[in-house]
Amino acid sequence: MTTDQSNLQMKIRPAVYSDLQKIIDLDAEVSGLAKNEYWEDRFNRFTERDGRHLIVAASSVLGDVHESVLGFIVGEIRAWEFGSRPCGWIFAIGVSPDHRVQGIGEQLFGAMCDAFKADGANSVRTMIARQDQLNMSFFRAQGMMGGPFIELEKPLD
Amino acid sequence: MRLQKATHYGLYAVLELAQDPSRQLSATDIADIYGISSNHLAKVLRDLGRAGLVDSVRGAGGGYRFSGNSKRTTLMDVINIFEDIGSDSSAASDPGDETDIGGALLLVLGEIDDIARATFGSITLDTLIKTMRWRQEREEKLET
Repeated sequence: MTTDQSNLQMKIRPAVYSDLQKIIDLDAEVSGLAKNEYWEDRFNRFTERDGRHLIVAASSVLGDVHESVLGFIVGEIRAWEFGSRPCGWIFAIGVSPDHRVQGIGEQLFGAMCDAFKADGANSVRTMIARQDQLNMSFFRAQGMMGGPFIELEKPLD
Repeated sequence: MRLQKATHYGLYAVLELAQDPSRQLSATDIADIYGISSNHLAKVLRDLGRAGLVDSVRGAGGGYRFSGNSKRTTLMDVINIFEDIGSDSSAASDPGDETDIGGALLLVLGEIDDIARATFGSITLDTLIKTMRWRQEREEKLET
């Protein structure tokens, strides 16, 4: 998927290895935490694997081969956890703060849902911290609502 | 969960008006749509006006018009005009709260309040209106 904006082109596409450092840098900017090993592991386990998807929004100046990564989304098909039928799970999304409110997150979400549908899933889920109003509002604006499961946890002392 | 009547009326009014900010509706118009008391709704609309969410338009054919930002205003913003949901500062302590069982029960009730606040706080007026339209489209698609 390609979007033109004057001489800037944006593409929504599967991530390739040359995107890795850009994703690490973008995630560090958005989350405040650099997670090099985490993203290297994600790349190894999520690129070119059935049912697993790491998708980026890549932008370049027309005619230039160098691309910036403006956003990313990561998800996979999960099945049969506590009786849950196969469905798509989104567990990371990030958009460059300088490029928000431009529909990039929406396009990434749409691309991930298309990938899940192609995998045979008919629903998509995610898990968001209660205080994370930004992502909570974003996913709700994409039509997501409270699902049939509740996250439970306990400290291990 | 149940919301107070004024809160419900406030949500009905602001969502009805936010669907089309160019449209003016009177308190009676809105009350007729939702089958509610226009007198009570008039007071609610005054509160919404003081909060900057609606403007009253005077004169013949006047009424109320949405004047807020539907992409930034959440259901929690509207609810907070009329009631406190599980605010710790608003809850007077009940007899028994200081006991172990009372304390454990407060944890559970607090969990429910936290979920309610997070849910209301994450849904903008725009999102709720879009959700309504998606549901309508989905129902129409399923019928055909």
